[in-house]
Amino acid sequence: MNFIEAASDHYNYWIAVIVMMIGLYGVIAKRNIVKQAISLGLFQTGIFLLYISMAVVFTPDGKMGEAPVKHSERLAADVLSVAGPVYDNPLPHVLMLTAIVVSVSILAVALAIIVNIKRCYGTVEEDEILDIEAQGLLDGPDTKSNREKAGALV
Amino acid sequence: MIDSIPALMVVLPLMAGVITVFTGKGDKPWAWATAITGIVFAMSIALLAEVTAHGPVTYNFGNWPSQYGIAYTIDAMNGFVLFVVSLIAAVTTYYSRLSVKDEIPNDRLHIFYALWLLTICGLLGITITGDTFNVYVLLEISSLTLYALIAMGYRRDRRALTASLRYVILGSVGASFLLLGIGYLMMITGTLNMVDMHDRLQVLIHNDEYSRTIMVAYAFLLVGLSLKLALFPLHMWLPNAYTYAPSAVTGLVAATATKVAVYMTIRFLFGIFGRDFSFGAVESSDVLLTCAGLGVLYTGIQAARQNNVKSVLAWSSLGQIGYIVIGFSLNNENGLTGSVVHILNHALIKGGMFLALGCVAYRLGGTRLTHLKGLGRKMPWTMAAFTAGGLGLIGFPLTGGFIGKWYIGLGALDAGNWLILVVIMLGSLLAVIYVFRVVYAIYFGEAEPDSVHATEAPASMVVCTWILIGMSLVCGLWSEWSVDLAANAAKAMLAGFGGAH
Repeated sequence: MNFIEAASDHYNYWIAVIVMMIGLYGVIAKRNIVKQAISLGLFQTGIFLLYISMAVVFTPDGKMGEAPVKHSERLAADVLSVAGPVYDNPLPHVLMLTAIVVSVSILAVALAIIVNIKRCYGTVEEDEILDIEAQGLLDGPDTKSNREKAGALV
Repeated sequence: MIDSIPALMVVLPLMAGVITVFTGKGDKPWAWATAITGIVFAMSIALLAEVTAHGPVTYNFGNWPSQYGIAYTIDAMNGFVLFVVSLIAAVTTYYSRLSVKDEIPNDRLHIFYALWLLTICGLLGITITGDTFNVYVLLEISSLTLYALIAMGYRRDRRALTASLRYVILGSVGASFLLLGIGYLMMITGTLNMVDMHDRLQVLIHNDEYSRTIMVAYAFLLVGLSLKLALFPLHMWLPNAYTYAPSAVTGLVAATATKVAVYMTIRFLFGIFGRDFSFGAVESSDVLLTCAGLGVLYTGIQAARQNNVKSVLAWSSLGQIGYIVIGFSLNNENGLTGSVVHILNHALIKGGMFLALGCVAYRLGGTRLTHLKGLGRKMPWTMAAFTAGGLGLIGFPLTGGFIGKWYIGLGALDAGNWLILVVIMLGSLLAVIYVFRVVYAIYFGEAEPDSVHATEAPASMVVCTWILIGMSLVCGLWSEWSVDLAANAAKAMLAGFGGAH
């Protein structure tokens, strides 16, 4: 019983961990590099959820904190008095804004590289890429004839 | 002016990096980048002198007190690493003009140097900052630009693309682990500032509160950082990324990126968690020593089997990282001093050797072992630099590489760990094999038809190569100054948070 209660009390953490693990599993197990890149994004999304969950503030009598913007005109006074409404910690939210930008940039760089891989190798399947590399078909610069040689293989 | 230097160290290359895109064509982006890295190098010397003379320097952004805002804190440890990074950055940037023109399409030069400056900005920022979330953001700035720089090598060899993608995936997983670890620490300490985090963690550890959360945070941080510093067996992204990146990029990355990750690990293990936790409560010493020790042997064998000399050096870098990890995992002053001084010496040696290979690539278009055959007579200066660097990798007495290994060996003796001493010896023997395999080809091999007409590389490239190699020799002969700086850094780190209070 205790376990179920603990689990349902912290369901948002469970969701964060499950999303993270789906992403990490995808990064490790998928053999398609586009799927790997997307899984990486999913993994980072899980981390965002974790951070946002930790921003929640509870009062001693179990009341949940409110959004900091809701009573913004009273904020300065409330910070000084303990009696006023409780606000969630805005810092993790701000951190995650930065982290979302970073995550999007990573995805963009990864996809840009994948586009070039598709152009040079003719495939986005990791096994086929490794095959092409093992056969030494990619020794040499990125020229049209070389590209066709690799592309013809797939 | 001196008060603003900590901020300018990061803000200048950041702004300059963006401006580079508009500097135009030809040599202008290069000249701009050279000027900026030169200024940054001068600032790092001023900062190191200030820190050595008067103790830690703190800069609060926007004058916010450090517990609310972002603080940059420079002590003996990161002042030293800043000096190393900006020195390598200045020399490789000056070196890169001809090499980059040769390997990157001419209409992409301004983009290349923009990314180049942003990488340097990220590396300097990770080193200088006193805020853990800032570490993550700047780590991603340096990594993202580095992924793109490495991928730019695909015009010479298309495997640069897959190498870069592998680095993207593993590097981002490592950085995400770092973000998770920082999140757990923030959850229990409520702060992101390193000094505050250290103080509150010590109280929590002492009272045995939240010990499971601290342990989880520690595990995530250690694995994430190990991925970033390419500790065996988390090293698979490194060899290909170094091998297929453009020559100048390899010189910059090999000398700085993993060193900065090593610095970060030392900062987290000693500065934030404290050595009593990292090496007392958790006993990570055994794990790290096992991984690093096996890594030294495995990568030595791999290095001796490679046919591309850039791969030889890349695998050798992994081995040298192993020595550095062994040094600080011993958890005593000699070992940590050895690690810190080896950060400098290995950066100089490996940077210099990769620049020498860049000269070869410039003249011959490749760096396979067959390209280097018989080059001892065709490119005497470049090859002499390569050989001197190779002696340093082995740890030959009177070279820079010897000093670090000597202190790490002393640290192993202090810890009474004979097995590690044997590993260091065996690793050096393996280095003898992989270095002399190349040196033999250089001086006693018959030149291939392609390289018969090779001539000495342009003076600007050879001079830069020799600046780094020459400095490593100077550090070997007159080791007092570098060892003194490193010993100061080691004492500061062993004392908890960098002696900041």
